[in-house]
Amino acid sequence: MFPARSIILFTTLSGAGFGALAWLGLLGLAGGLPEGIPTALLAGGLAIALSVAGLVASTFHLRHPERAWRAFSQWRSSWLSREGVFSVATLGAALAMVAAWMLCGPANWAVTVAGIATLLGALATVVSTAMIYRSLWAVPQWHNGWTVPVFLALAVATGGLVLCAALSWTGALTVSPAWLAIGTLLALFAAAVAKTCAWNAASHAVPASDTPSALGLSGRAASAHPLEAPHTSETWLQHEMAYRVARRHAGKLRRIAALLGLLVALPALLLALWLGGLGASLLLTLAALAGLAAVLVERWLFFAEARHKVTLYYGAEQV
Amino acid sequence: MTSLPESTQRKLGLVIDLDTCVGCHACAVACKQWNDTGVVAPLSDQNPYGTEASGTWLNRVHSFEARDDQGGFALHFPRSCLHCDNAPCVTVCPTGASYKRTADGIVLVDEDLCIGCGLCAWACPYGAREMDESQGVMKKCTLCADRIDNQHLPVEDRVPACVRTCPTSARHFGDLGDPNSEVSLLVAARGGVALMPESGCAPTNRYLPPRERRSAAAPVAETGEAAADAPGGFLGWLDRVLSA
Ligand code: SF4
Ligand code: SF4
Repeated sequence: MFPARSIILFTTLSGAGFGALAWLGLLGLAGGLPEGIPTALLAGGLAIALSVAGLVASTFHLRHPERAWRAFSQWRSSWLSREGVFSVATLGAALAMVAAWMLCGPANWAVTVAGIATLLGALATVVSTAMIYRSLWAVPQWHNGWTVPVFLALAVATGGLVLCAALSWTGALTVSPAWLAIGTLLALFAAAVAKTCAWNAASHAVPASDTPSALGLSGRAASAHPLEAPHTSETWLQHEMAYRVARRHAGKLRRIAALLGLLVALPALLLALWLGGLGASLLLTLAALAGLAAVLVERWLFFAEARHKVTLYYGAEQV
Repeated sequence: MTSLPESTQRKLGLVIDLDTCVGCHACAVACKQWNDTGVVAPLSDQNPYGTEASGTWLNRVHSFEARDDQGGFALHFPRSCLHCDNAPCVTVCPTGASYKRTADGIVLVDEDLCIGCGLCAWACPYGAREMDESQGVMKKCTLCADRIDNQHLPVEDRVPACVRTCPTSARHFGDLGDPNSEVSLLVAARGGVALMPESGCAPTNRYLPPRERRSAAAPVAETGEAAADAPGGFLGWLDRVLSA
């Protein structure tokens, strides 16, 4: 599948944003949010800004962004529509929570209530994003049980990293329970495990379709190969669904993503917890950036490596 | 509404005979022509007179070399929307632009609602939807809804343009939900199949597989010693007649 920049940015940024909102919601309902308006502004503002930036990036993928509001209407059947509804509802809850946090302090019934809504909404948004891909039978690399866990774990991990960095700059990371950092660590680890399993499963998956089946020749012909394409130059369909160019770099890119996540972000987070002070803030910022970069690479691969069933009509033997 | 109807009164669709299709592309051209000039906005082309001409087509004719136990054979394969019963392209649409008609099962796009997100094309395993690059909306086969319902056309023209045009009569149109319709009887007689039934999309259209080749057909070519020894010409003919 064609790795469109708008969608890679959208899923990465809004993943981190809603991941951070999920953590803030959890801290809010557990009464664990740190004191102080600057902290609320920076942490809450950053999480909301990332989520909104992701959503804005997604509209660049639309050919008619001026009609984007229509996408809220089909939540009964469409995960894309549900994603839109959940994201806007969650942003509303998050704004309410941050406002209550700033105006009445972190220990407050309004923060608790809005925190619950923010936590649930943020998780629902991330799951809906993943389900957009998970629900497509035509793309086997997406249509499997790993897509949702990977999206969730990566969102919670990158969201946690961003939040740790933000809180540390206002000196609040030590105030808030250390379990945000520990949870982020666990999420990073879970994401690495889930993604490894997903890559593993993809390389061992048994294709459900072959060219004879796509042509209605099952039982009539053993194989079929394209003789002549229907057109003389590449079509939109091929551009979108039969992306091939850099699949050979996949191995290298997987290692880069793993390196950024496991050998940069994870150790930086551990070191920061031990170090404290300004060094910690710098290290946590590095960890957050490395985490986001790892997800950008992972997302690029998520699209570029995925094969669509329509390639069966263009030379693929099995998909 | 992008929820699918529980059932449709009729299931209009195509039956395409892969045995008769000669891959002339007349159906694709007729489709392009009709849908370029019909009631909806035209199907745009990009760089139509250049070397890399491309454009939106709702019907594409592939040619394959298939192999069975008797060797290879050419297969021409027109590909267009199958008007699936369980159409994933409809349910994924966030705007309600994609829908399936309850009256006849035709899957359509309301171009005024479409935001051009492209998700429906990703959802279709058959590659039946194409983005119109200049209008930014999704296009697909309408089964010529603007012909089959058009009381102003002569009765013989109230069929999809591709069916009307096909010079070998390889394309048939009718109600596949009615077991006694001409198309359903044809499918039953010829063992018509759905494409990629494992998709769960439950396509309406059926393809009639190429007929088995007559077993008496001479082997394609003999090679090696047998071929070298076999006499040709009159003697060869005599040899074949006597050993038959
Ligand atoms: S063939 Fe594709 S576009 Fe047509 S109804 Fe089926 S899934 Fe939808
Ligand atoms: S491209 Fe248009 S018709 Fe297709 S899913 Fe998006 S809004 Fe619906």
